[in-house]
Amino acid sequence: MKTARDIAKNVNNGSSATLELEETLVRIKEQNDELNVFLYVDEQGARAAAQRVDEIVARGENAGPLAGVPIALKDNLCTVDVPTTCASKILDGWRPPYSATVVEKILAAGAVPVGKTNLDEFAMGSSTENSAFGPTRNPLDPSRVPGGSSGGSAAAVASQMTTLSLGSDTGGSIRQPAALCGIVGVKPTYGLVSRYGLVAFASSLDQIGPFASNVTDAATLLEAVAGHDSRDSTSLVEPSPSLVAHVEDGVKGRRVALVRELVDGADEDVVESVMKAVETLRAAGATIFELSIPELRLGLSAYYLIAPAEASSNLARFDGVRYGLRVDADDVAAMNEATRTAGFGKEVKRRIMLGTYALSAGYYDAYYGQALKVRTMTIEAFKRAYQQADLLIGATTPSVAFEFGSKTNDPMAMYLSDVFTIPTNLSGDAAISVPFGTGEADLPVGVQLLGPGRSEASLFSAARVLERADGRE
Amino acid sequence: MAKLARLHLDETELDEFTKQLGDVLEHAKDIESLDLEGVLPTAHPFGLVNVVRSDTVTASLQRDAVLRSAPDAENGRFAVPRIVGEAP
Repeated sequence: MKTARDIAKNVNNGSSATLELEETLVRIKEQNDELNVFLYVDEQGARAAAQRVDEIVARGENAGPLAGVPIALKDNLCTVDVPTTCASKILDGWRPPYSATVVEKILAAGAVPVGKTNLDEFAMGSSTENSAFGPTRNPLDPSRVPGGSSGGSAAAVASQMTTLSLGSDTGGSIRQPAALCGIVGVKPTYGLVSRYGLVAFASSLDQIGPFASNVTDAATLLEAVAGHDSRDSTSLVEPSPSLVAHVEDGVKGRRVALVRELVDGADEDVVESVMKAVETLRAAGATIFELSIPELRLGLSAYYLIAPAEASSNLARFDGVRYGLRVDADDVAAMNEATRTAGFGKEVKRRIMLGTYALSAGYYDAYYGQALKVRTMTIEAFKRAYQQADLLIGATTPSVAFEFGSKTNDPMAMYLSDVFTIPTNLSGDAAISVPFGTGEADLPVGVQLLGPGRSEASLFSAARVLERADGRE
Repeated sequence: MAKLARLHLDETELDEFTKQLGDVLEHAKDIESLDLEGVLPTAHPFGLVNVVRSDTVTASLQRDAVLRSAPDAENGRFAVPRIVGEAP
């Protein structure tokens, strides 16, 4: 498969972005009926973007680091005049009046956005089974889930329909599907990538990040979308880091801690891959030691109070007045209720209810207030860990890709599939999932590397060491 | 709770959700019982506060573009059904 770097290099040297796009559209037509990856393919917009790139190159100019690279966008990223559904019926017919900052940035870098990918409704879920438009299938085994919530974006890259994609990660929604689909996924430092135009789920946890088939491409895409944006008040003001230049830096002398809480409870095949990854880093010159961070065990409980609380507030805006669906009724309150009841799916309703409860008078201190304090404990615990270690390592998910329906009737079992990824969202730090080895049924295992805020360059260089050792030059 | 959240649940959903939300709150007991006296709550991971911009006029979204995808609009505004009921 062609990498994003190859395509950009060739296109900047005169090979046709339009031709690259047409090949992409053929692959999508061949595979999308079975896998249900794309909710919308914007052929017209993509052709216009590819043509612009070809024109820039024809003028003798450089069209950018992602010139002509086909890219898929999770359908919770706003695209001007192109349907944006969040895989929810409540946004039926809505076309955003503006594009997300990341969409403008990838266009400026020469990329060609081809369409919008499936997700768990409003990014709430870990399997993409919660979509109002049906589940996405895992390209490696269509009887299994691709993970979620960015399951469509992960499957787009894993099926080679597109070279790159963007997703969002609130509790693991990029890293978990990347692990289950055997590709690279990054949850950047909170604030590194602007959230302007990302439909909010849990604003203090959400972060947009890249999917790619290899580490270098992921670094290239993250470098293109990172940076301060005055339209997102939580955007970091520091200049964006240089990432691609550090991919081959290696791990010599780096202190890497294997975190017990990030492997405990994982299946044997997953643990085996993590152990092999640890040995690989040791052989490459890293100093390895084991560490226990007991506070991480509390992360899941805190997350499933904080995220639904923020969601119940963020999703209050879907009331039948400004966007998409309205179910008519005699007065406004009845219209609000009828619209929300018809428009939201089960998991979204569950989380809105949970959040409303956690924020309600009499329970606020016991649940939401307590969860915010646990969040502080998690942050402090990570800080202590990063005084001893440069990077942490563990599993991304407790198991390889699971079968459809195996967790849908038990929300708690589904929530537990994010147990290793959630702590990083609470702390706002960075983490990457890189495929390393295989487990049950020959399915890929994701190894997770974690670092403090703005440590992305170091994460990419360690992930690259694992990628090479796993036989992907 | 459903009423507060402007959602209508039927009897089956009520039973199902009551049990499922109970499971999640049961799991939350591990933090409910912690003694966290003196620990400050975190709202933003890096302690960011009060982001301001200079008080200058900048371009904003066009009204027509915003209203185009609304379920109902009238005279340049969002239109909604009656808000205040008639007297009984």
